[in-house]
Amino acid sequence: MDRGKRNFLKIAGLTGAGAYVGFVGAEAIGNKPGKAKKKLALVIDTRKCKGDCPDCIAACHREHNVPEEHNPNFKGPPVRSSQGIKWIWLSTFGGAFHEQVNEHTGRRKDPLVVLCNHCDNPPCTRVCPTKATWKRESDGIVTIDMHRCIGCRFCMAACPYGSRSFNFHDPRKNLKAVRPGFPTRTIGVVEKCNFCAERLGEGLLPACVEACTKKAMSFGDLKDKDSPASVALRSAYAITRKPALGTGPEVYYIL
Amino acid sequence: MLEKALTGSKGYFAWIFALLVVIGVGFGTYLYQLNEGLGITGLNRDVSWGLYIAQFTFLVGVAASAVMVVLPYYLHDYKEFGKLTLLGEFLAIPACLMCMLFIVVDMGRPDRVVYVFLHPTPNSIMFWDTVVLSGYLGLNLVIGWTTLSAESKGVAPPRWVKPLIYLSIPWAVSIHTVTAFLYQGLPGRGFWMTAIMAPRFLASAFAAGPSFLILMVLLVRRFTRFDPGDVALRKLGQIVTYAMFVSVFFFLMEVFTVFYSAIPEHKHHFWYLFVGGPWWLVGAMWLFVALAVIGLVILVNPRTRNNIPTLAVGAACVFVASWLEKGLGLVIGGFTPNPFGKYTVYTPTLPEVTIAVAIWCIGFLILTVLYKIATGVKQERAIG
Ligand code: SF4
Repeated sequence: MDRGKRNFLKIAGLTGAGAYVGFVGAEAIGNKPGKAKKKLALVIDTRKCKGDCPDCIAACHREHNVPEEHNPNFKGPPVRSSQGIKWIWLSTFGGAFHEQVNEHTGRRKDPLVVLCNHCDNPPCTRVCPTKATWKRESDGIVTIDMHRCIGCRFCMAACPYGSRSFNFHDPRKNLKAVRPGFPTRTIGVVEKCNFCAERLGEGLLPACVEACTKKAMSFGDLKDKDSPASVALRSAYAITRKPALGTGPEVYYIL
Repeated sequence: MLEKALTGSKGYFAWIFALLVVIGVGFGTYLYQLNEGLGITGLNRDVSWGLYIAQFTFLVGVAASAVMVVLPYYLHDYKEFGKLTLLGEFLAIPACLMCMLFIVVDMGRPDRVVYVFLHPTPNSIMFWDTVVLSGYLGLNLVIGWTTLSAESKGVAPPRWVKPLIYLSIPWAVSIHTVTAFLYQGLPGRGFWMTAIMAPRFLASAFAAGPSFLILMVLLVRRFTRFDPGDVALRKLGQIVTYAMFVSVFFFLMEVFTVFYSAIPEHKHHFWYLFVGGPWWLVGAMWLFVALAVIGLVILVNPRTRNNIPTLAVGAACVFVASWLEKGLGLVIGGFTPNPFGKYTVYTPTLPEVTIAVAIWCIGFLILTVLYKIATGVKQERAIG
């Protein structure tokens, strides 16, 4: 959504609650797919990825200073895993796609990699009361300003994929080593996968994609027919999580 | 008028002191939470809102329920509520303040609370909730204070309050509607995805708020010579009865829709609350059912409703039942199971409960002081 429209919404919204219902609609429509100049997507080929190596997760968490849940160096009560931080992690197939599970088709035993879907129409950004999280116009990445976030966690309630984490504890206490190139966070803000915006700026691939030795991840702009993501999606049938919700996830799974 | 709060019996000061002690403990605990982060609560990635936001939701209802005495008095000229309206408006003030405190203690970065106003975001329901709630607090402060000071001077309230009073009626409805919108507009949260969330909120609020008011009036009557009268109390009882029937009816509509359609993502939340959850949660939900039934049985029978002691029991049942449903089940149930179908048990921790209790005590402190002033002024007028 462009700035003019944003300001327009602000003014219009302030004129009255009556007008507001209409503008929620406008906001939702304004976010419709295709608005972003680029449409970055990640395609995960589950025929190649069996969820049995920690490479992508380790690379991501190292790259982004994501705290360990059980850091042996940290002298203090251990962080409960339910309060931990996750940018990319493993889920069962039934967890990620429970509407797809039935008794008769063969059970998929392998875990899947899950992360923020960088949705086309993200409910998480719609609910933020301070514009601390938004979908970037340039490439469609759903990003967070950790200096703006007030920690109300409305976005966590709004995300239908459980993709967001909250810093319940001081994240710096649970870092084994700090990578200087990426900011560490403070207590009380929300964070999640950023599609490696910082690496893309340098012309690099996302850390997880680069780290995958099975070459199971293809990343790229879906508006570019020749990007690895477009090519991968043309080559096989792929699904997204909870498509019926209209969020338009940009993380695809080839089965 | 404020000086009326500074004189009182030994019991009055003992009560104030007791509240202050709990508030002090809660404040200390909050400093601990500020320092350590919300990790000291039972909240987690999956149940990311809990006791705090549930109290907020419940108390918005209590605040909104003032309309149940204001409306009959000002729109229908129901004279018997003359002495009650001020108590209703003065109940809304601490309720609003408690709501705000519960939001603040739930925030990860309360130091940034002004960002909500510095970066107003009309597409966020949270922004609207802040706007309507502060507006409602302001309205009740102005209305309550001007009518009371007019009364203490023995003159009619200034003409300009009337429009404000009329404005406060739809405004009360709006605060709870907007609060329901926080929940009901979220994709993928089956428990909250229901268009009757706002009506349900209003119905349970109009049951819980006036039943609390009944109990407060009985206390006021016991400790002061101010008495709004049995007729007013019985009328409140009638209001509670209707509202509670509507509230239970709405709840049953929810149950029908969820279980007849048998959509798993809607059913599982109910299952967790009433069958599969931890014992204290399942117990609380069945207690809600039991108290709702007992309350209705007492209230629907004119003999027990019109008899003040049994009316009080009925009102207490309704109040506690509504609290269990909204101040506990609504939020926890909505977050469990999580988007992966996983059941993460949320157990409020001791520090979390302490902070919540302390905020309730702040509410009671403000309520006590406001009621002390109001009854003091009213008694003077009655004598003089
Ligand atoms: S997956 Fe969740 S956090 Fe990521 S963009 Fe979609 S709604 Fe937002």
